[in-house]
Amino acid sequence: MFEFISSQVVVGLAWAGEVSLFGLRAIREALRPPYEMRELIRQVYEVGWRSVPLITVAGFAVGIVMSMHSRSSLERFGAEAMIPTVLALSMVREIGPLVAALLVSGRVGAGIGAELGGMRVTEQIDALESLAVDSFKYLVVTRVMACVIVQPILTTVMSFTGIVGGYLAETVISGLSFRLYFDRAFSSMEFVDYIPATLKTMVFGFIIGTVSSYLGYNTKGGAEGVGRASTLSVVLTSILLIVTNVVLVKIIIFLFPEGLG
Amino acid sequence: MKDNQFVIRLEQVSKSFGNKRVLDQVSFRVARGSAFCILGRSGTGKSVTLKLMIGLIRPEQGKIFIADQEITGLESRELPPVRKAVGFLFQSAALFDSISVGENVAFPLRRHTNKSEKEIQEYAHKKLEQVGLENEYDRLPADLSGGMRKRAALARALALDPPILLVDEPSAGLDPITSAEIDNLLLRLNSEKDTTLVVVTHNIPSARRIGDELLVLHEGHIIAQGTANELDQSEHKVVREFMRSIQAG
Repeated sequence: MFEFISSQVVVGLAWAGEVSLFGLRAIREALRPPYEMRELIRQVYEVGWRSVPLITVAGFAVGIVMSMHSRSSLERFGAEAMIPTVLALSMVREIGPLVAALLVSGRVGAGIGAELGGMRVTEQIDALESLAVDSFKYLVVTRVMACVIVQPILTTVMSFTGIVGGYLAETVISGLSFRLYFDRAFSSMEFVDYIPATLKTMVFGFIIGTVSSYLGYNTKGGAEGVGRASTLSVVLTSILLIVTNVVLVKIIIFLFPEGLG
Repeated sequence: MKDNQFVIRLEQVSKSFGNKRVLDQVSFRVARGSAFCILGRSGTGKSVTLKLMIGLIRPEQGKIFIADQEITGLESRELPPVRKAVGFLFQSAALFDSISVGENVAFPLRRHTNKSEKEIQEYAHKKLEQVGLENEYDRLPADLSGGMRKRAALARALALDPPILLVDEPSAGLDPITSAEIDNLLLRLNSEKDTTLVVVTHNIPSARRIGDELLVLHEGHIIAQGTANELDQSEHKVVREFMRSIQAG
């Protein structure tokens, strides 16, 4: 049993090492010309713009649910007036970044894993190389960069639509005015609440892009391999996002203690 | 012949996958402007040999020269200039399935030439016309038949007018008539444009039609090399079986 566990740990560490090297290679190649601007723009559109409907709807729904939960808790203490503040802070600091990342890992991570996996097993990646195109740079670097670029933007969309969703729930229940809701929502918020929490999502974007590209780019075994790459992309990026979030929150609290107030 | 008359040279090339030795110290040369066919049973390393020639995979041992440049020692980023001179037609066609047939052909032109968008589209149309697909520019690869996909992939492989064309199983999965059409396209390229062809195939009648020189791989070794007539005279059992299938085919 011990041998089995230790061998699995070794396999896991080896995998983590390979993915890390893959990610470092993506960073190195991103800095080296020529730059694949056309493909990068296409990927920003695919990863970012096409995720907007999902993020908007999800943000809205999360905001409404958060508002209802906050009301039931805060009502007990007669603190309903705090609902906009509590909701805005929790959306911006934590719920927006993490939920947006998990949603993108589901939509984009699975897509990248399946797309690159499909290209690998149908020899399209070899075909790119045979046409004198650096497939790593063209396929991987552009996707990783696109994820890094769009994740903070999608997070902002998620947080904002969440706050708007909270307003709708509040105004239906208590008739709170738009102006008063937003005054209260942003009265206690400072840049230190928004900037570190949003910038950390660039790390989330890097994880989504790197892990899903790694799994897709190295797919083996035909259609089954493509399915495995797609599923594993979602599972592994989700786990990594949640674990990394713990570490990043700790770092943010250490670096910006005033954000706790 | 002098070495510079050979555009492709393999010297003592070996390649293994896991414990399986696919190629074992294989050496041969392909003359400029010739049509060279590599024959052999499935799993004898024919496709591997083609992929080695453009650095898609690396040998463990030996040297590979393309037009007198040794490619075995090149870094990945040094390979593109070599690859621009070599077209590759994949067994599965390997067209980019998210873009149209015309865009597949235009892709290498956009990447590697300074042509205007109008010139690129005209050139891509011309290449598709050469393979009889002039009306399929806007169709997606998934909407084409197997033979049409092969021809579209051939148009893409020829987009940069490479002096060397590597062809992996041109007749795989095609009916005899479509297969003969592809053969004729390859022959026309070889005779009209002096393109050097290296064709991997199981299809012996096709190899006999196309090949100036035939090479038979078996269990990682070359067991025969020469013209079709010379191979007819071979006393090697496997070669004789191949030659019989020529007569049968």
